Amino acid sequence: MKKEYVMGNGAIALGALAAGINLVSGYPGTPSSEIIETISKYKQGTIHVEWSVNEKAAMEVAASASYSGARTLVTMKQVGLNVASDPLMSLAYVGVKGGMVIVSADDPGPISSQTEQDTRMFASFCRIPVFDPSSPEEAFTMIQDAFDYSEKYHTPVLFRPTTRVCHAYASVEISETTSPRQYEGFIKDSGKWVIFPRLSFANHAMIEKRNPQIGKDFSTYAGNTVEGSGNKAVFTGGISYAYAKEYLKDYPDVKLCKISTPYPFPEDFALKCLEGVDEVLCFEELSPFLESELLKLAGTHNLPIRIYGKITGHITTSGENSADYAAQVLHTFLGHSAPHSGMDSSDAPTLPMRPPVLCAGCPHRASFYAVKKAMEGQKSYFCGDIGCYTLGNAMPLDMVDTCLCMGAGITMAQGFHWTDPESACFAFVGDSTFFASGMTGVVNAIYNEADMVLCVLDNSTTAMTGHQPHPGTGRNMMGHIVEKISIEKILEGMGVCKIVTVDPLDFAKSVHAVKECASQKGVKAIIFKSPCIAISKPDKQMQISDKCIQCKKCIREIGCPALITVDGKVAIDPGLCTGCGLCSQICPVNAIGGDTHE
Amino acid sequence: MNKDILVCGVGGQGTVLASKLIASAAMNLGNTVHSAETIGMAQRGGSVTSHIRIGEQAYSPMIPHGSADVLLAFEPAEAVRNLAYLKQDGIVIVNSVPVKPVTESLHDTGYDGSDMLTYLQKKCQCIMVDAQKLCADFGSTRYFNVAILGVAIGAGRLGLDAETVLNEIEARVPAKFAETNKAAFLAGVKIGETTLP
Repeated sequence: MKKEYVMGNGAIALGALAAGINLVSGYPGTPSSEIIETISKYKQGTIHVEWSVNEKAAMEVAASASYSGARTLVTMKQVGLNVASDPLMSLAYVGVKGGMVIVSADDPGPISSQTEQDTRMFASFCRIPVFDPSSPEEAFTMIQDAFDYSEKYHTPVLFRPTTRVCHAYASVEISETTSPRQYEGFIKDSGKWVIFPRLSFANHAMIEKRNPQIGKDFSTYAGNTVEGSGNKAVFTGGISYAYAKEYLKDYPDVKLCKISTPYPFPEDFALKCLEGVDEVLCFEELSPFLESELLKLAGTHNLPIRIYGKITGHITTSGENSADYAAQVLHTFLGHSAPHSGMDSSDAPTLPMRPPVLCAGCPHRASFYAVKKAMEGQKSYFCGDIGCYTLGNAMPLDMVDTCLCMGAGITMAQGFHWTDPESACFAFVGDSTFFASGMTGVVNAIYNEADMVLCVLDNSTTAMTGHQPHPGTGRNMMGHIVEKISIEKILEGMGVCKIVTVDPLDFAKSVHAVKECASQKGVKAIIFKSPCIAISKPDKQMQISDKCIQCKKCIREIGCPALITVDGKVAIDPGLCTGCGLCSQICPVNAIGGDTHE
Repeated sequence: MNKDILVCGVGGQGTVLASKLIASAAMNLGNTVHSAETIGMAQRGGSVTSHIRIGEQAYSPMIPHGSADVLLAFEPAEAVRNLAYLKQDGIVIVNSVPVKPVTESLHDTGYDGSDMLTYLQKKCQCIMVDAQKLCADFGSTRYFNVAILGVAIGAGRLGLDAETVLNEIEARVPAKFAETNKAAFLAGVKIGETTLP
């Protein structure tokens, strides 16, 4: 055995390896991305590892492998589960053979997500079990249990850590060697593996009969625990347990009940916890899941217990919890005096804001700026998408009018076209997002005769989530060099009427390309191709000569972090400048030089 | 040993290496360690923090308010931003050289860190270190992360000895930078030993 100090996501990965997984698939998304990366680093023996093109593909690849008896892991962030929900809903009816665990990482806050959805609700909606780890250490053992339950009940199982568990570091003890499971292989049986209304009807009944059994089984599960005693109880789970425990470690006169398996709800366990209890506080993030389950339980069993939580307004309905928030609500619930708080810094001077911005030298800045200048004075719609380039919304670029979900920019540009045919409709999409869910939108535009300009911001990586490879990069997670799938050829094959590939750092050519595409009818595409500066740092830098007239146009127009003022004069921050040369092409008096771009 | 240490600064200053060195040194001395780091979008020029919790009794991965024994701040405003985490008798070790927000050239707020330093001195025990001066001999302020760690250890505030951390630097830093990192660390230790808060 050896100890490894790993992130929660690393602990999940090592737990899955200890469970003998044969296949792992997923799509990057904060806070889940490091699971697959860790598996790829630690795997021994034959394990297939892939970044799938999107979450739906990942789910389906894993489903059939699991039909074959292989143990499979699928990873994604919570919004990814929406993409994968079509196969998952049906898979819940069909069931699996080899253990199949789907990690869907929730993001209370939200810290880096579009929604505050709760995967526990999804589990209840799909009628499949869900595990809710409270720490990296617990995640390591719990994911192994999740595989066992999946096989025991022939069902896919959800596993939902939250950001603070995914990104916390702790030590886990792992064995020196792990080996993938032996599996039987697929045994054909169309009555079992082909979903038809009759099968769904029969399995629906089976599932509703089975789930209370799983709830009973979960009532003795080691992850569901009760500490302390008394007539007041706190029900919690996941990271909120850690926050509550931080406060309650000094108070054994209250019951601290941790529910690690929220669905199917372990009713017997909860009933036992509630013996002798008058008041309950449900301390959880996102949806009032435990609170609703307890209210149902109290109702069906006529329990004279007051239950407080989000529904009753005792716990905040949105945002994440913290140890400080736990102390605040628990001291009120328990009638304690106010907890000791930190240094009061309410009288501090105004703190500078540090909003996230596109990096210095980011090619996306140049792409947005070219479109902005080319379309000056013409009514245009700029539909953004998910990735670093969502930051194109910030001043002074101000080039993102909408952002909804992965791939939506392309189809939303069409909606704007149909409601305002005279205006130019642009969609900005990154290369990874294009492969994930952009392609169908382009087909939709061509088929339905929309006029739009597609701008693919191709920086040859999945930058926002930590530079994962994708189908256009020519590398995969098995370490193989593969044929790069050409976005240009895909668009050509679809019938896009005009496709221009330009280097966004060539400002004049880029503006020309935009003007040309915007003036034509039909679906046109501009591929702005230039690598992410984080994966290919140029070694040159720009300099400002004494020709500078201090007009500050460069700063005002593009907002590059490397353009600064020192004693009121424009300067280049040598620690940040990558020599992209965009500013030199904007300067009205040619005062900025460097020898990076012709 | 029970200790909560908060490392804070601006993305790109090298706070992660400092926190990894503290965590691994503490573990090598037989302690249970938990930590949490800023990951994602905020890394790009934004405020970043690393929470390091040493001891069995740490449940929350993030340090609760009023619990940090030491605030290792790589930037004056970031020290103030995280002051609520500090214990009443905790100490702030802060770089006195400000990092202007990347948006400063667009919206000039005149931020230069001086108000923050005055405020910190008024509020708490504080050791101020000028990163530029401290790192002048090493050719780059990027060695400040190990230097400030040295200050904290020299001041006896982390419960770790210099030797253990030097070994960790050796183990974790690429060979060609190891010597400079060790020298910067020891320069920090010297300052920590001789500076009173």
